[in-house]
Amino acid sequence: MLTDEERHEIEAEAAQYAYKRAAGPEALKIVQRHRRWVSDQSLKDVAVLLEMTPAELDGVATFYNLIFRKPVGRHVILVCDSVTCWVLGYDSVRDYLSRELGVKPGETTADGRFTLLPMVCLGACDRAPVMMVDDTLYGNLTPQKIDEILAGYRAEETA
Amino acid sequence: MATIYIDNQPYVVKDGQNLLRACLSLGFNLPYFCWHPAMNSVGACRQCAVKQFKDEKDTKGRIVMACMTLAADGTRISIDDPEVRRFRAGVIEFLMVNHPHDCPVCDEGGECHLQDMTVMTGHNYRRFRFRKRTHRNQELGPLVNHEMNRCIACYRCLRFYRDYAGGRDFDVFQWHNYVYFGRQSDGVLENEFSGNLVEVCPTGVFTDKTLKGHYTRKWDLQTAPSICVHCGLGCNTIPGERYGILRRIRNRYHREVNGYFLCDRGRYGYEFVNSPRRIRQPIFRSERSGAAQPVEKQAALEQAAKILGSGERVIGIGSSRASLEANFALRTLVGADRFYRGLAEAECRLLDTAIALLRDGPAPAASMSDAAQSDAVLVLGEDLTNTAPMLAYSVRQSTLQREIGLTKRLHVSWWDDAAIRQALQERRGPLYIATPAATKLDDVATEVYRAAPDDLVRFAQALAHALGAEIPPVSALPRKLAALADVVAEALYLARRPVVVCGTSSGSESLLRAAGNVAWALSAAEHRGQLCLVLPDCNSFGLGLLGGGSLADACRAIQEGKAETVVVLENDLSRHADQAALKLLDEVRHLVALDYLEHATTAAAELVFPAATFAEANGTLVNNEGRAQRSYQVFVPQGKTQASWRWLQEMMVAVGRQAEASWRSFDEITAALAEALPIFAAVKDIAPPEGFRMAGQRVPRQPHRYSGRTAMHAQADVHEPTPLADPDSPLSFSMEGSQRQPPPPLVPRFWAPGWNSMQAITRFQEEVNGPLRGGDSGRRLIEPQPDAAIRYFSDLPAEFEPRPDEWLLVPVDHIFGSEELSALSPGIAQLTPAPYLALSASDAAGANIQEGEKVVLAMDGLHQALPVRFLPSLPRGVAGLPVGLPGMMHVTLPGWAKLSKVTAS
Ligand code: SF4
Ligand code: SF4
Ligand code: FES
Repeated sequence: MLTDEERHEIEAEAAQYAYKRAAGPEALKIVQRHRRWVSDQSLKDVAVLLEMTPAELDGVATFYNLIFRKPVGRHVILVCDSVTCWVLGYDSVRDYLSRELGVKPGETTADGRFTLLPMVCLGACDRAPVMMVDDTLYGNLTPQKIDEILAGYRAEETA
Repeated sequence: MATIYIDNQPYVVKDGQNLLRACLSLGFNLPYFCWHPAMNSVGACRQCAVKQFKDEKDTKGRIVMACMTLAADGTRISIDDPEVRRFRAGVIEFLMVNHPHDCPVCDEGGECHLQDMTVMTGHNYRRFRFRKRTHRNQELGPLVNHEMNRCIACYRCLRFYRDYAGGRDFDVFQWHNYVYFGRQSDGVLENEFSGNLVEVCPTGVFTDKTLKGHYTRKWDLQTAPSICVHCGLGCNTIPGERYGILRRIRNRYHREVNGYFLCDRGRYGYEFVNSPRRIRQPIFRSERSGAAQPVEKQAALEQAAKILGSGERVIGIGSSRASLEANFALRTLVGADRFYRGLAEAECRLLDTAIALLRDGPAPAASMSDAAQSDAVLVLGEDLTNTAPMLAYSVRQSTLQREIGLTKRLHVSWWDDAAIRQALQERRGPLYIATPAATKLDDVATEVYRAAPDDLVRFAQALAHALGAEIPPVSALPRKLAALADVVAEALYLARRPVVVCGTSSGSESLLRAAGNVAWALSAAEHRGQLCLVLPDCNSFGLGLLGGGSLADACRAIQEGKAETVVVLENDLSRHADQAALKLLDEVRHLVALDYLEHATTAAAELVFPAATFAEANGTLVNNEGRAQRSYQVFVPQGKTQASWRWLQEMMVAVGRQAEASWRSFDEITAALAEALPIFAAVKDIAPPEGFRMAGQRVPRQPHRYSGRTAMHAQADVHEPTPLADPDSPLSFSMEGSQRQPPPPLVPRFWAPGWNSMQAITRFQEEVNGPLRGGDSGRRLIEPQPDAAIRYFSDLPAEFEPRPDEWLLVPVDHIFGSEELSALSPGIAQLTPAPYLALSASDAAGANIQEGEKVVLAMDGLHQALPVRFLPSLPRGVAGLPVGLPGMMHVTLPGWAKLSKVTAS
C-alpha cells in the first residue's frame, strides 16, 4: 500500500501530463525515494494509480537501470566502468571496494549499509576514476580516498 | 504510379508505399524481420537494408532501410550491391550472437523466418565464441509456448499484442541484450488473439503449445484449404494432419475475410477432431435406452432402410454447423416440407430477420476487411470479442482509420507505424458500442451505452430517426441519451465508410431491425452505409437460405402424428431445444443421428452414423456476409467415418431412391444443390471442379518434402500403399502433383522457394496485402438492392422497467466455452468458465446475495442452481446468463427469471 504522501506526490506528478501513464518514471522515482526500491506490490499500487497494467509499468521500471526492482542497501555506490574510468583504473577501484565491503558488484553488504553497482558513465571523465554514493559524486579515486569516503558514511550512521 | 530503379532496372509501382513492400510485391528476395504486411514498418531490425543512389551518376550511394524509405518516383536502389549484402549478413550475425543454435529441437524449425533470412543473407558460419545470454521462460497457459532465448528483439510480438490486438498483460522488459518479451509474471495470456504470436514471431519464441503435444514439422503435415467452423465469420484456415491426428490450425490469408490472423477459438478449437468421444463406427440400439452396439456399415444401412421405409412420417432436422451439402442431402431424403432447421423458434426468427436485412435493403454486407477500413463503427448489442472474435479485431483496427487520415498533414507516411501511433497517442474512433454489459472493445470506444435490449432498440431507433426523418422519432428518451444518439448519428453521417454492426446474439429482432434502419438511412443519404451482422454458427447463413421450419415446428409435426421417425444431422438438440421439446424427440418412435461426437442426441438415437468433421470431408459453408466458401478434406478418417451427405445418399440408395440421389461425388451434389435451389447457383463455381489439373497434375496435400512415406506404414505392410483416391476434389492425398501455385480456393499451404515460413504469403499475393493470385475466393450469394424502395421498421418497445422480484436474463457469450465443438478441445476447455449467473454488485446487494453464493434460477423451462458472479456493468434489473457452456441448458433469451437463494437445509 502506498502512503498518503506517496500517493499525493504521484497524483501531483500525473496531473501535469495529458496521459497519466506519462508520469510512470517519476512515480517510480517517488516510491524509490521513500522506500529505496520498488517492490512488486508497490509496482502494482502505482500501476493502479496511473491506470496502467503491472506489465506496462514494469516495462518502464525495468528499462531504467536506476529504478531498483530488488532491495538495495541504505547507500548505493555506483562505480563508473565507462571508457575513461576503465582506462584510468576502474577495475582496481571496483576490486578495492569489493574487498573492503566484502561484496561483489550487484550485491549488498550483510549489514544492509551498502549496495555496489557498476554504472556506465557518470559524466565526470575529467575526474576519472569516479564513483557516486547516493547523490554525491567522488572523483580521482585512490584506495585511501575510498577508505575516507566509506568511513564517512559509516560514521554518519553510528553517530 | 511511380517508376523506381532496382539494380538499374525500371519498375512501375504504386505511389506512396515503402521500398520493402514494393520490392516484395515485385517478387524480390529482400530479407526483413520487424516489418509485417499487416503491421507495417518501424525500422527496428535493420535487416531490410538496400543501397540508395541520388541519381544515375551517384556510384557511392548510401545504405537505407527499405521499409522506412518511400518508393518515390525516380528512386534508385540496389539490393545486390556487395556492401549492402555484407551489411545484411552482418545484421544477421549480430542477431545470431545470442540466438541458440537449437533448430533441431525448436518447433519453429523448417518454417522459421529467421532460418530463411539467415540463408538468404548468406551468413553461413558462426564466429561468435562466447557465452550467450539466457532467459527464464514463462508459463503462458495452455495455448502458447514461450522460449525466450530464441528472441531476436524484432518487437513484432509486442506490436501485435498491444498495438493491434489491444492486449495489456504482455510487454517488453529490460534493455540491451536483456530485452525480454512476456508477461509481468507467469500466467495465461489474456488476449483472445494471443495464438497469432505463433505466426507473428519470426523465431521459435512463441510456438503452438497444442501442436507440441503431438508435434510434427511443417514438411510432414498433410494440409488442405479449410474454413473455421467455430463461429459465423468463416475465417480461412490451413489444418495439418499426420498419422490420422489433426495437429494444428494455421491462418490462410484471405484479403476480405480474416487477413493474416485467427482468434484463439479458431486456432485451438480443432482438437475435438481427435477426441476420444468421436463416433467411429455405426451404432445400433435395439432398445432406445439400451446399450450401443457397433454394427457394420451394411447392417446399419439396412437398418436405416427399415426405419425410413417408404419415407412417410419421416422428418429431418438439419444443422447450422453442417455443410450446405449435408443439409441439402437430408432435405432431399425427407423432402423440403419435412426438413427442419434444428434451431429454436427464436433462433430461426433472428436468422431470417438478419438475412432479410441483407437481402431486401440497400446496405451491402460488410466483410471483415470493410469493417477494419471503416472510419466510423456503431456496434449494437454484440459483445464481438466473444461472439465474432476476428470481427472484434477488425473493429479495433477501424478506430485508427479516421485519425490516420487526419495525420496526413504531419507528412507521415501511413506505413510508418511507430510515427503514426506516436502522433495519435490515445486518439481513436469514432466507435460507439451499445450493449447490455461491458465488452473488451470498450477501451477503444468513443462512447459506450449500457442498457437492457429494449432500451438499446430505443436508442438505435432514435439515432436512425436522426438520419432518416421517415423513421418515427422516439419520444421520452432521456435527454442525455437523445444527445448521444445525435452525436452518433452525426459521426456516422460524416464518415466515408460507416459500418453498423449487430447480430443475433442479443436475442432481439427489433434490435436487428433498428440496426437495419440505421444502415439503410445512411445508404439513402448516399453514404455507403454497410451492415455487418453476426450469426452464431459456421453455416447459419447457409441454413437460413436453405429454409425450413424450427424445432418447435418439428415438435408440432410429431405431436400431430405427422412424424414418427426423425433424422438428426450433426446436431446436439439439447443446445437448441428446451426440456419439453427434448422429451418429445426422445419419445419419437425412431431417432436416427449422424454426427462426429457423442452427445445427448446421439445417446438417445437408435441408429447413429459416424460423420466426418470439417477436416475429413469437403463442405461449403456460408459466412455471416453471405459468402459461400469451400472447405476441403484434409485427411481420410479412421473407421467407417464419412461425410454426412454420403451416408444420406447411401440411405436413399438403400431405400431404393437412387434416382433422386445420384450424386456420387462432391461436385455432383453441389451441382444438384445449385440446380434445385437457384440461390445456391454460384456454389458450384466457387472452386475448381474435381477434374481441374495443373499441367496434368493434381494439387498435392503433402508437401514435396513429406518424409517417411515408404516407412510410415511399414509395420503393417512393407509395400508402400497406393495413395488414396480423392473423387471429390483436384487435391491428392500424396506428395505427387504440381508444385505450382494453384487457384486461391485450392492453396493447401504457403510455401515458396527460400520462404519456408508463413511469410511466404507475399509470394502468393498479387501484391502485398492484395488478393491471392487469381482473386479473392468465395462468392457472395446475396447482394443488396441499392434501388429498392426502403421500408423502414417501426419497432419501438416500451422503456425497460426493472421488476421488483424478477430479473431480465440476457445472454453472455464466451469465446472459450460458448461454442460447442471448440469447447471439447482440451486447451479451450481449460479456459472455459464454469456455469454461473451474472449480477451487478448493486443488484446483488439489494437482494442480499454475495459473490460466489449459489442461487436457484427459475424461468420457463429452466430450473438451475448457479453461483453468482459480479458483472458490474449490467444495468439495474438485468442479469446475465452464459450461453452454451458445457453444463448449461438451452433457454431462449432474453427472458424474465426469478432468483431464489439456496437454503442451507
Ligand atoms: S519474441 Fe519473437 S516476435 Fe517478439 S521480439 Fe522476440 S523474435 Fe520478435
Ligand atoms: S473469428 Fe470465428 S471463424 Fe474466425 S477463427 Fe475465430 S472462431 Fe474461427
Ligand atoms: S524490416 Fe526494415 S528495419 Fe526491420
